Amino acid sequence: MTTTTSEKQAAWEPAEVKAELLARYPAKVARKRSRQILINEALENTTPEITANVRTTPGIITMRGCTYAGCKGVVLGPSRDIVNITHGPIGCGFYSWLTRRNQTDAGPDGENYMPYCFSTDMQESDIIFGGEKKLTAAIQEAYDLFHPRAIAVFATCPVGLIGDDIHTVAKKMKEKFGDCNVFAFSCEGYKGVSQSADHHIANNQLFRHIVGENDSPREGGFKINLLGEYNIGGDGFEIDRIFRKCGITCLATYSGNSTYDQFASSHLADLNAVMCHRSINYVADMLETRFGIPWIKVNFIGVHATAKSLRKIARYFGDRELSDRVEEVIAEEMPEVEKVMAEVRPRTEGKTAMLFVGGSRAHHYQELFAEMGMKTIAAGYEFAHRDDYEGRQVLPGLEVDADSRNIEEIRVEPDPDRFRPRKSEKELRQLTESGLAFKEYEGMIPDMEKNTLVIDDLNQYEAEKLVEMMRPDIFCAGIKEKYSIQKLGVPMKQLHSYDSGGPYAGFRGAVNFYREIDRLVNSRVWSYMKAPWQVNPQLSATYQWE
Amino acid sequence: MRKVAIYGKGGIGKSTTTQNTVAGLVEMGRKVMVVGCDPKADSTRLLLGGLAQKSVLDTLREEGEDVELDDIRKVGYGGTLCVESGGPEPGVGCAGRGIITSINMLESLGAYEENVGLDYAFYDVLGDVVCGGFAMPIRDGKAEEIYIVCSGEMMAMYAANNISKGIMKFAQSGSVRLGGLICNSRNVDNEKEMIQEFARKLGTQMIYFVPRDNDVQRAEINRQTVINWKPDARQADEYRGLARAIDENEMFVVPTPLAIEELEKLLMDYGLMN
Repeated sequence: MTTTTSEKQAAWEPAEVKAELLARYPAKVARKRSRQILINEALENTTPEITANVRTTPGIITMRGCTYAGCKGVVLGPSRDIVNITHGPIGCGFYSWLTRRNQTDAGPDGENYMPYCFSTDMQESDIIFGGEKKLTAAIQEAYDLFHPRAIAVFATCPVGLIGDDIHTVAKKMKEKFGDCNVFAFSCEGYKGVSQSADHHIANNQLFRHIVGENDSPREGGFKINLLGEYNIGGDGFEIDRIFRKCGITCLATYSGNSTYDQFASSHLADLNAVMCHRSINYVADMLETRFGIPWIKVNFIGVHATAKSLRKIARYFGDRELSDRVEEVIAEEMPEVEKVMAEVRPRTEGKTAMLFVGGSRAHHYQELFAEMGMKTIAAGYEFAHRDDYEGRQVLPGLEVDADSRNIEEIRVEPDPDRFRPRKSEKELRQLTESGLAFKEYEGMIPDMEKNTLVIDDLNQYEAEKLVEMMRPDIFCAGIKEKYSIQKLGVPMKQLHSYDSGGPYAGFRGAVNFYREIDRLVNSRVWSYMKAPWQVNPQLSATYQWE
Repeated sequence: MRKVAIYGKGGIGKSTTTQNTVAGLVEMGRKVMVVGCDPKADSTRLLLGGLAQKSVLDTLREEGEDVELDDIRKVGYGGTLCVESGGPEPGVGCAGRGIITSINMLESLGAYEENVGLDYAFYDVLGDVVCGGFAMPIRDGKAEEIYIVCSGEMMAMYAANNISKGIMKFAQSGSVRLGGLICNSRNVDNEKEMIQEFARKLGTQMIYFVPRDNDVQRAEINRQTVINWKPDARQADEYRGLARAIDENEMFVVPTPLAIEELEKLLMDYGLMN
C-alpha cells in the first residue's frame, strides 16, 4: 500500500499487461479480446483501430447492462412528467427505479412521476394468457390517477417472448384518451449486444412520437437543445445555471430534468449541443435532417471543456453580445475553480486513474483528472461503438453486423413545412473554416497519451487483473464493479450514479469533483486493508490439544 | 403407473386416437388418466361426451391458489379421469408455459399419487415439439414412453422425425423412450410398408396400423369413442388391438432420427414404387 507513484508507473509495460490479460483465455476468446484491448500508439495521421459494439463472449462477466436498462433507465428515466410503465415482472421495474440518481425540479406545476415505480407486475397467468389486458388496465389506471401528458410503456424480456402487441395497445389507448400521448418501446433486455441498442430504440420512438408535436413558439434568445445530458447528481442544474447566466436558452435537455413539452417543441431550437454522443446522436441527426438544426459536440465535464463548449455555442450564433457575455461568465467562474484546483493539485498531481464507464463518460472525465494533474492510464467504454473511440470519420467504413441490423433504423425526410436550414451553406462553410466543426466527434483515443490502454467492454476478471498489475490511485466504473475493486484496496468512484455526490459538470461541479477525488485518493483508509495483527503479529502461539 | 405421451403432426388424429385407445384400455380394466396438453382443450371431448370441462389454467386464473383436484379433474367414459391443461387464445401469451404450469399443478395436487390407483397417465400434446413448454411432458420423467401418430404423408413423417430428435435429446438426460409409431392411415400408397421401414430406420416399430374408417367420424359427431358408440364396429376392434399392443409393448428405444436426405429418399422409394 505504500508504493509511490513513480514506482507504480515503472512497474508495468503496456504490452506485458495486455499479454497477461489475455493469458488465461482460450485461444479463440483471446483472439477476439486482443482486438478489443488496444495499446495507444501515436500513429501519424491515423487513429489505431479497436473492435467495439460486438457480442460479449458467454461466460465473461461483462460490465454491460441490458437494452431495457438503456431505454427505461438511461434515456427515458430522467423525464419527469411522462408516466413510465414497465411491462413485465416486478424486478425490472424495481431495479430501474431511481437508481441512476437523475435529479429533477418538479417546476411550478409540480408534475413529477419520477419518485414512483410503475409496473404491470406480470404474474405467471399473464405470461400464459398474454399481458395485453393487464397493460391496458395499467395504462388506464395511470391515466385516471394522474392525467399525465404522456404514458410510455417499456417491454421486458418475457413480453418479447410471448409477443404482447404493446404498440397496438398504446395506440388504442392514445386514441381513447385524446389528451394523453401513449407510446411504447420494444426494448426487451435481450436485444442487441449491449444497452447501446436501446439508446437507438429510445431515440427512434422519442422522435417518432414526441418531437415536433408542439409548435407553440418558445421565448428566449439563442435557443439550443442539450442532448445526452441526464442530470445525474444535478449535473444538468449546473449546466442550466451557466446557460442562464450566459443568456443561452435551453429548450430541451435530452433527457435530464426534461418534460414532455420540452421534447415536443425541441424542433424550434437553432442548435443541438451533443454531450453523450453514443446515446443520443441518432436524435441529433434526425433533428438536422427533418428540421434543419445543425449539431456540434460539446462537453461540460471539466472547466476547460466547459469554457470551450460555451465559446463554440457563442461562435455558432456569431453574436458579439453573447460572446462577450460568455467570456465574462468564464472569467467570473474561473477564480473559485482555480483556487480549489491549486489547493488540491499538490496532493493529486501525478496520481493515476482508470475509467471504464458509459459511452462518453470514460472520455469526458479524463478532462477533470487532467485538471488535477492526474493521468488516465487505462480507459474504455461499456457499450460504445468505434466512432466513439476513434472519431466519426470511421463511420462510412463501419460494417453493420446482424446484431445492429436487428435494431430499427428510421428514415427521416425533411419536413415539408417546418424544415428550415438555420444557417446557409455559405455560413456553415465559413464557420467550419473558422474551426467550428459540425457533426464531428473525434473520439476518446486521440485524447489519450501514448502507451495507455484502451479496452472495450471490460469485464470483472480483466478489471481485477488491471488493478493488480497497474495499481491505479482510483478506479471509476459502476455499482457492479464498486466492491470488487475496493476489496483490492483501491478507491472506487461510481461515474454512473456518482455514489452520493455530484454535480460534477460545469464550474461548480468541477470544484465538487476535485474535492471528492482528493478525499478518495488521499484517504488513509486503504492502508488499513489488513488488520494490524495480519501485518505484524505481536504474539504468536500454537494450540496444544489434550 | 405407465406414463405415456402422444405426439404427432397437427391434425393427424392424436386426440381421436388417444381417446379411442384409452377406451380400449378401460375395457381391459385399466385405470387411466388423460391429460390434454392443447390450448384448445378438446383432448377429452369424446371421453366426457362434450367440451363442458373447465381447464386447469382457467381454474387457476379464476380461483387463484385455492384449487381442488375435483375442480379440474372430471370422470369420463368407463371411469377415465380427464384433465384439460387449457391455455391462451390463439396468438397471445405462452401456451408452452401454460403446460408446464398445469402439469406442476397436477403434481402438487396429488393427481399422480399411488392412492389414485392409476395404471396409465396419457398426455395428448399439441402438434410438434415447438418449444420448451411442449417438451414438458417428455422432460423430468413426466412421460416415459412416447407414441408418435403419423401417416404416410410427407409432412407427417417430417414431424415424426423432428419429434424423435426431441426425444433423443431428452432421452440422454432422462428416462423417456420411444414406444413406437402409430400409423393413422390416410390411404397413401404403400403406407404400411413405408411406415414400417421408417420405424425400422428410427430404431423403433410401427406398433399398430389403424385403417381409415368413417365410423371414427360418425362416433366423433356423437361425441363418443367408437368403442362407446358402436362396440361391435370393425374400427372398435382396431382400437382394441392398438390398446392391447400398447399394453403389451416392451420395446422402448432411444430413436435414431433420419437425416433429411435419408427421409426424402424413403419417400421416393416407397411413394413412387408403382
